[in-house]
Amino acid sequence: MTQHVSPPRDSADKVPSANEAPAWRSLVFRADLRTLSLLGVLAALIVIGGVTKPDEFLDTRNLQLVLTQASVIGVVTVGMTFVITNGGIDLSVGAIVALSSVWATTVATQEYGFAGILFTAVLVGVGCGLVNGLLIAYGGVVPFIATLAMLASARGLALQITDGRTQIVTVGSILDLGERDSYVLGVPPLVIVFAIVTIIGWLVLNRTTFGRRTVAVGGNAEAARLAGIDVRRQRLYLYLLSGLCCGIAAFLLIILSGSGQNTNGNLYELDAIAAVIIGGTLLSGGRGTITGSVIGVLIFTTITNIFALNNLQSDVQQIAKGAIIVAAVLVQRRTASTT
Amino acid sequence: MASEPSLLSMSGITKSFPGVRALDGVDLDVQAGEVHCLLGQNGAGKSTLIKVLAGAHQPDTGTIRWRGEDVTLRSPIAAMRLGIATIYQELDLVEHLSVAENVHLGHEPTAAGFVVRGRAARASTAALLKRLGHSEIDPARLVGQLSAAQQQIVSMARALSHDVRLIVMDEPSAALDPDEVDNLFRIVGDLTADGVAVVYISHRLEEIRRIGDRVTVLKDGRAVAVGLPAKSTPTREVVALMTGRNVEYVFPQRPTAVPEQTPVLEVEGLAREGEFEPLDLRVRPGEIVGLAGLVGSGRSEILETIYGARRPTAGRVLVDGRVLRPGSVRAAVRAGLGLAPEERKAQALLMLESVTRNVSVSSMSRFARGGWIDRGAELGAARAATRELSLRPDNPDVPVRTLSGGNQQKAVLARWLLRGCRVLLLDEPTRGVDVGARAELYAVVRRLADEGLAVLLVSSEVPEVLGLADRVLVLREGRVVHSAPAPELDEHRVLDLVMEGSPAS
Repeated sequence: MTQHVSPPRDSADKVPSANEAPAWRSLVFRADLRTLSLLGVLAALIVIGGVTKPDEFLDTRNLQLVLTQASVIGVVTVGMTFVITNGGIDLSVGAIVALSSVWATTVATQEYGFAGILFTAVLVGVGCGLVNGLLIAYGGVVPFIATLAMLASARGLALQITDGRTQIVTVGSILDLGERDSYVLGVPPLVIVFAIVTIIGWLVLNRTTFGRRTVAVGGNAEAARLAGIDVRRQRLYLYLLSGLCCGIAAFLLIILSGSGQNTNGNLYELDAIAAVIIGGTLLSGGRGTITGSVIGVLIFTTITNIFALNNLQSDVQQIAKGAIIVAAVLVQRRTASTT
Repeated sequence: MASEPSLLSMSGITKSFPGVRALDGVDLDVQAGEVHCLLGQNGAGKSTLIKVLAGAHQPDTGTIRWRGEDVTLRSPIAAMRLGIATIYQELDLVEHLSVAENVHLGHEPTAAGFVVRGRAARASTAALLKRLGHSEIDPARLVGQLSAAQQQIVSMARALSHDVRLIVMDEPSAALDPDEVDNLFRIVGDLTADGVAVVYISHRLEEIRRIGDRVTVLKDGRAVAVGLPAKSTPTREVVALMTGRNVEYVFPQRPTAVPEQTPVLEVEGLAREGEFEPLDLRVRPGEIVGLAGLVGSGRSEILETIYGARRPTAGRVLVDGRVLRPGSVRAAVRAGLGLAPEERKAQALLMLESVTRNVSVSSMSRFARGGWIDRGAELGAARAATRELSLRPDNPDVPVRTLSGGNQQKAVLARWLLRGCRVLLLDEPTRGVDVGARAELYAVVRRLADEGLAVLLVSSEVPEVLGLADRVLVLREGRVVHSAPAPELDEHRVLDLVMEGSPAS
């Protein structure tokens, strides 16, 4: 017997129901709009590049170069997207890339050839991620501090290993991957790795329980805990994932530069965080987009390339980057407040 | 009264947030020099009302008259300029600044417009503290080093450092010892003698009797009583107004007899020091057990401890005769417990996500193979669960934050229904739910029980517990003072039990 008591005020029930459908539709529309506007920015940049340096910018070799440069930071950014979606931050990515790249290129490691280098790069990345994850998830250290400490230590260790020297790679099979001969249908192997990492990242975030838990913990950790999710284990996994991405990126960087240096991956943390933010992932967690992050990376790499082709100094470049970050965040704030 | 205009007169104030109407046409009238008490349960709209008064929220409709003139309180600064100061429950002091710096924050005495005159600030702070009877607080000390009671005095000094005509105090006595409360009341008395009005918020009825002049009672965003005499209105009437006897609830019929089955949930000597004393209870499948008690009686703490969200200091919880690992939510969920917490938005819902994802979050692995979610199966199951509870709108793709309070609660229930949970813990299930939607929610809970769920219900609304539960435990200050089948109890008896020993009853 469900009898409705409706004292004078059934009007209150209509308040939320009146705007249900439009709110939902505009949300979907807005999500698309955000990606579309990013693609618009990228397209505009390509037009600018094409107009200012028509011969050089649109040359196949240049486009291959842009994508190759995007690959290393791109792989790091995919990992960073997960961490930020979860409500965390990883400041140590650049330092982990550096440590992985030098550890994987020591004389001793190079004796084990291709597999030894790949294995070491990935293992060092995951190891650093493990330390970050344990400190944050189980040690209760805030992500900012834990990864800041890792940044300092990993850079220091990288310097200690190399003693400041560039470690040249002598393994032929590694160096070959950077050559034009190994391009698949004109696509460099590095770009293929980036594409695969992106696709896997997208699928994991959007289609798996792991991705769901990441978003749930980032959106409301207390609610996730009370819903029966192991919040701490999830946090640990995310820093492992970020470390894994750093290891892969370090391997790509070794192929690209044919060497390992302790100065590798300098300020990657800032580039990766910037790309994630302009891509539309919430810095406070709870909403993440791999697509947006990857477009963000491409935007930054394209800017760098156009500026270099036009002989503009890197100072101008940095200012432009800063302006783009601010503009993207302001646009996001507007869309968030009108929701 | 009222040949002279009221100091403050708010009328028809409404304020909506997504999914809930926090204030629904509230009137408040405050005279100069009176202590006007504001009463109401959590979620009744008190905080929203005082935030409107403090200029922190803008009302959707309604007018505010201040000393006979219409005003708009655009910001906290605007309110402060008029002479309205608010002392929030969570004190808004800067711990790493000194007492004097906090008192003068935002209006520091300066030389040449920007050099802070520290000595002058300290001197005037010392004078204010003396007026408040706390000259022992050193204006140069850091606020972080003071006790909670002293911090409150600093907050009050800050209010008085403005030319204040109305002070709002949000549960000022909550953190105080009895003699500190006496001092607080002396200060309130001094202020009103000077013609300052005080809007006083408290759950403690005996305090309201001691210092209050008039009482306004809020419930579900409406003022259910305006300007009652604080000293002569019977306590029982005030409590009845707060807990809503006057709203006519319709409860589903109880089954004639709860089936005699072995209890699915057993709680043995469960306790948390300082929160609640050893508790024993049993809930059988098909049974609804209610815990009745006022705010602060330990109700929510008990539920959260059973659920493993808090670690007990003694005792144990058994489901189907098996002991649960203490302090582990995951163990509780795996054993078949489900919690619909009091603070739905903060503790249960993923506000950025769809209804589907909110419903499936506790049973994701069921729709996943190797971690890969079958979204078709997930959507189908979520739709089935939400349909069974007639959640509106009938579209689980909508974001959960667009739902009304009642439907958000149904989304939480659907989560546990989908999970196949066997013991449902409901903490204030109709908080923030419109009156019209409550009867439907009650029917849902009863139907779930009839289908074999064991339900443990906590509510501060006595009629709700009496109407819905089969058996009722009455709590007072963390202790069960009475236990009986619900039909054997009436509201007055429960209210007496709940307030037993309070001097005012």
